Amino acid sequence: MTTPQTAVTARRPSRMTYYRLALATVGRGVFNAFNANKTSWVGLAIFVVVALLAILAPVIAPYDPLDQNILYRLKPPSEAHWFGTDYYGRDTLSRILWGARISLVIGLLAIGSAMIIGTLIGMVAGYFGGRTDLLIMQVMDVLLAFPSLILGLIVVAMLGPSITNLVIAISLTAIPPFSRIARAPTISIKNREFIEAGHALGYSHIRLMFRHILPNIAPEVLVMGSLWLATAIRVEASLAFIGLGVNPPTATWGGMIREGFENILDSFWLALFPSLAILIVVFSLNLLGDGLRDAVDPRLKGEE
Amino acid sequence: MTEPILTVDGLTTSFRVDKKWQPVVRDLDFTIDKGETVAIVGESGSGKSVTALSIMRLLQPGSSRIEGSVRLAGTDLLGLDEEAMRDVRGGDIGMIFQEPMTSLNPVLKIGFQIAEVLRRHRGMDAAAAEAEVLRLFDLVRIPDAKRRLGEYPHSFSGGMRQRAMISMALACQPKLLIADEPTTALDVTIQAQILELVRELQKEIGMAVMFITHDMGVVAEISDRVVVMLRGDKVEDAAVNDLFAAPRHAYTKMLLGAVPKLGGLGDTKTPRRFPKLDADGAGPEPQNEPDTRGKTLLEVRNLTTRFTIRGGLLNRPVGNVHAVEDVSLTLAAGETLALVGESGCGKSTTGRSILRLVQPAGAEILFEGKDLMAAGHAELRVARRRLQMIFQDPYGSLNPRQAVGSAIAEPIRVHRLMDDEAIPDRVSELLNLVGLEAEHALRFPHEFSGGQRQRICIARSLALEPKVIVADESVSALDASIKAQVINLMLDLQRELGLAYLFISHDIAVVERVSHRIAVMLLGEIVEIGPRDAILRNPQHPYTKKLIEAVPIPNPAEKRKRGALLTDELKSPVRALDWVRPASRMYPVGEGHLVREF
Amino acid sequence: MTAFILKRLGFAAITLFAVLTIVFFIVRVLPGDPAMAILGDQASASALAALRVRLGLDVPLYQQYVEFLAGVLVGDWGVSMVSGRPVIEEILKVLPATIELTLASLVLGIAVGLPTGVWSAVRRNKLPDYLARIGSLLGLSFPAFVSAVLLLLLFAIQLRWFPVISSGQGDGLGDRLRDLALPAINLGLIMAAYITRVTRSAMLEVLNQDYVRTARAKGLAFAVIVWRHCLRNALIPVVTVVGLYLGILIGNSVLTEIVFNRPGLGKLIVGALNQRDYTMLQGMMVIYTLIVVLVNLVTDLTYGLIDPRIKYA
Repeated sequence: MTTPQTAVTARRPSRMTYYRLALATVGRGVFNAFNANKTSWVGLAIFVVVALLAILAPVIAPYDPLDQNILYRLKPPSEAHWFGTDYYGRDTLSRILWGARISLVIGLLAIGSAMIIGTLIGMVAGYFGGRTDLLIMQVMDVLLAFPSLILGLIVVAMLGPSITNLVIAISLTAIPPFSRIARAPTISIKNREFIEAGHALGYSHIRLMFRHILPNIAPEVLVMGSLWLATAIRVEASLAFIGLGVNPPTATWGGMIREGFENILDSFWLALFPSLAILIVVFSLNLLGDGLRDAVDPRLKGEE
Repeated sequence: MTEPILTVDGLTTSFRVDKKWQPVVRDLDFTIDKGETVAIVGESGSGKSVTALSIMRLLQPGSSRIEGSVRLAGTDLLGLDEEAMRDVRGGDIGMIFQEPMTSLNPVLKIGFQIAEVLRRHRGMDAAAAEAEVLRLFDLVRIPDAKRRLGEYPHSFSGGMRQRAMISMALACQPKLLIADEPTTALDVTIQAQILELVRELQKEIGMAVMFITHDMGVVAEISDRVVVMLRGDKVEDAAVNDLFAAPRHAYTKMLLGAVPKLGGLGDTKTPRRFPKLDADGAGPEPQNEPDTRGKTLLEVRNLTTRFTIRGGLLNRPVGNVHAVEDVSLTLAAGETLALVGESGCGKSTTGRSILRLVQPAGAEILFEGKDLMAAGHAELRVARRRLQMIFQDPYGSLNPRQAVGSAIAEPIRVHRLMDDEAIPDRVSELLNLVGLEAEHALRFPHEFSGGQRQRICIARSLALEPKVIVADESVSALDASIKAQVINLMLDLQRELGLAYLFISHDIAVVERVSHRIAVMLLGEIVEIGPRDAILRNPQHPYTKKLIEAVPIPNPAEKRKRGALLTDELKSPVRALDWVRPASRMYPVGEGHLVREF
Repeated sequence: MTAFILKRLGFAAITLFAVLTIVFFIVRVLPGDPAMAILGDQASASALAALRVRLGLDVPLYQQYVEFLAGVLVGDWGVSMVSGRPVIEEILKVLPATIELTLASLVLGIAVGLPTGVWSAVRRNKLPDYLARIGSLLGLSFPAFVSAVLLLLLFAIQLRWFPVISSGQGDGLGDRLRDLALPAINLGLIMAAYITRVTRSAMLEVLNQDYVRTARAKGLAFAVIVWRHCLRNALIPVVTVVGLYLGILIGNSVLTEIVFNRPGLGKLIVGALNQRDYTMLQGMMVIYTLIVVLVNLVTDLTYGLIDPRIKYA
């Protein structure tokens, strides 16, 4: 039963009603993508567990990740130390839990900012087309072709290894791909008639880009975000492995593997457990994003 | 009586949708005799293409199910194993598809793609196959065959690709040719050539033809017998003359009522609505609209729009597309001027240039006395309110993530035409005006049919209270019955609001129903302009004549006498940089009837 | 065709020039005085000044810039601040090892990835498809150093099939191959994962095209349709993406070279970073840029070979 009041709002919908409806369609777009491919839910579930462990690290970690205990150096896994201890006698499990925080924070911040900046760049390039597009995308293509690890390496080497600088370095490497990701659907949507209709109706470029194009490309960009978050976590670990991660003694997964690698012949667990941790997180994100991408990729629609 | 070539008996095809089997074709029976052409007619969703794919067994096996029987000269096709069925495909049955631009493989040479059939089914070696392809190209009248078979599809025009497709389908002298909307994507003069070609070849080879189309004109031109389909069911099966003379089923009646017949309005001067169409068929033919034309609103003088083609080492201009050349026209309040022509003739660019959606190279565009070309940003914004446009694609012209009410309210808000509180009422009013409900405001475009979407687009344009609407192929993508309804709406609005339309269309039969005047465009120029009845009944320019003659008439009794098989292609408006347009002027041949020198 | 190649070459030259300019200025704005970085902050003013002269830092910036560009062109890339040897010499010494590794992994990646991708697309949503998808997903979830460490643990340390340290300079062909095997398998499998995925999605798209329906209507066998009609069309996006993934491959080669302690650009750049060897870093950026530009060029040309629609104009 509709009460008289809802009947009135249904007939006289306000601006906010429409905004809410539009936002809901973007959300529904992502949700439908989840439902199209069940593996995405599995990926999401694993990732949520990892994220919870990271958030709760201060509560659930059995030891302080920085506490050195010279008496318990390089111990294999045991009841007291499930994943063993490192060269300084620090508990590997606790360091992995705390390391998750670093990985996730850097990854999320870097990809979040790269997503915003890259989408803006790609949308502007695709929307205006012509020489603007040519110029922007040539620059992006060169950056894109440049090995992201090398790019990150140089930037961190220049700025010095801190969380902020790692975020900057990694987001720099992820901006070009996001500009590409955003540009392709922008172009196909720009050529749809509702954009030309918008011009005929006297809408401004800003309105057309943000009100009409952005909501349509958002699901695709968000979905790709999960795949790039996986990449960001991998790059952060790689940089730390090379020695350009957040400064020791802070626990990072890449740094732990680096230290473990030095003792690989007699204490393999030092490298093994953080390796598995990276693998699980990256795999869960790839699982999540891969299923979603198939669902939002218009080229793959059609026969199931 | 010998057995028919094709016997379809109790054919039911279902698709798996949400884990349930959904029939798309139900219990279909029909036959095609040797040398006979049977047209399968229906609107979108009638299952006509699915029928063809079922006969060929080209549907995905997992997600589709075919029941009943399909016999080709006595062989049960549904009972064959896949290997034997492959011998039938391309061998006993040839097939041509609707989209000539995508139906050929872009990375293989055309000659190779045709030779492939010969090598597969007739066991020819490469040399023999090439010789045979040359013969086939001559058969389908592809000029310069020797050179063209070494080319890739992208250098073929749409009409030539369709010829290549036909030669491929006929390569093995099939018993049956299935043509699935083979001319729908082609221009009308090219369509006439292809129809003639199919008819000619059928006479030579003597095969049976199953011709799928939605166009009653094409049906009348080509078929011997007609099967009418509606949402998966056969509703009528009759000889073509009987069907047009005395349609039995209400749906057939409605379908025929919705199809305008070129020349049907005789020497009248004003548009005429389509008869009322409903479940019982078509109502009586209505009267012409009253003449409510007022003073001149829009005057375009010497409009020229060019696009530069760049290329070469430094991306320098290498040529120009002369999209619009020296077009002059006027439009009065309450009047409809139709711009007709084939693809690439510049009719759409003319419309867009007048709204300055593309920048003309030169023109005077006087709208309500002001020159839009000299207008600044603010003036142009105001002018755009009074000068609106509706587009072709009812699926593309609405933002899929914007509720319909919001789409209609947005222009009002952007131009600050009224207070925020007053807008919802105005939106309801506009929705009612185009025959929709106020409750529809909260729905999204995908919840509407094509015709409803076009109504929404019209409502959105009307939100700005325009005087002139440029309608660019606005009804071309719609099914015939829906097309008739939308045109009736447009005519109602013209009468009520005094709207002027610049009606851009390739469909001359529809143009006759809606227009007061017609301008015919060729290669960017207007070659003939004048009152509708003068243009259609007394065309002067050879191109206008050719265009009108190419339109298929939905009446088998008036089947056109076609001349020799033509292979003219559409000319390209791309010119070298130093091209100078030869001087030509237009001279009057009657009142308001001008023809370009030829 | 010539015009097309000339155009791409011209574009490559412009890109190279732009990146070199950026590289030059990046190195110049690095915080700190290179001379002080080398000699330490206890160094005397006269020693610092002398070193600046040696490094060419005493002349105005524009002059340094011109000299730098000219130097790059004639192969004078400066002198390593650490070893004192010419940068180009050091780079050329290890470049073959990296190229050898990259090419071997690329070949392995294509040989494994392409057929797997096609197979997976053809058997969409069947068991082979699931296996290929999970496998490739796993493949690209491995950071290159993690998989390298695991390979090393298993095959070199546990099974002792391959040397723990690959010199990349072995004398006989057999030695070289043994050295190359593990690093190339490591990078090649990751590359194969990427190629499988892109091939699969490209094939799926192609299989939906109208011309595939035409080919079926001609009565061609499915295998003929897949290999003759589809693969070549699918290769067009694959080539583009492989060109892009070469960047990832080169990045991953750094990690692989470190884990396997194999000489190459990777070890050189990490060494230069740790020792703040600015001229060496500058040279490394030049060589990476050259490689990237070259890869782009080759990708473009391959693209033109596969797709007749690309106009060579």
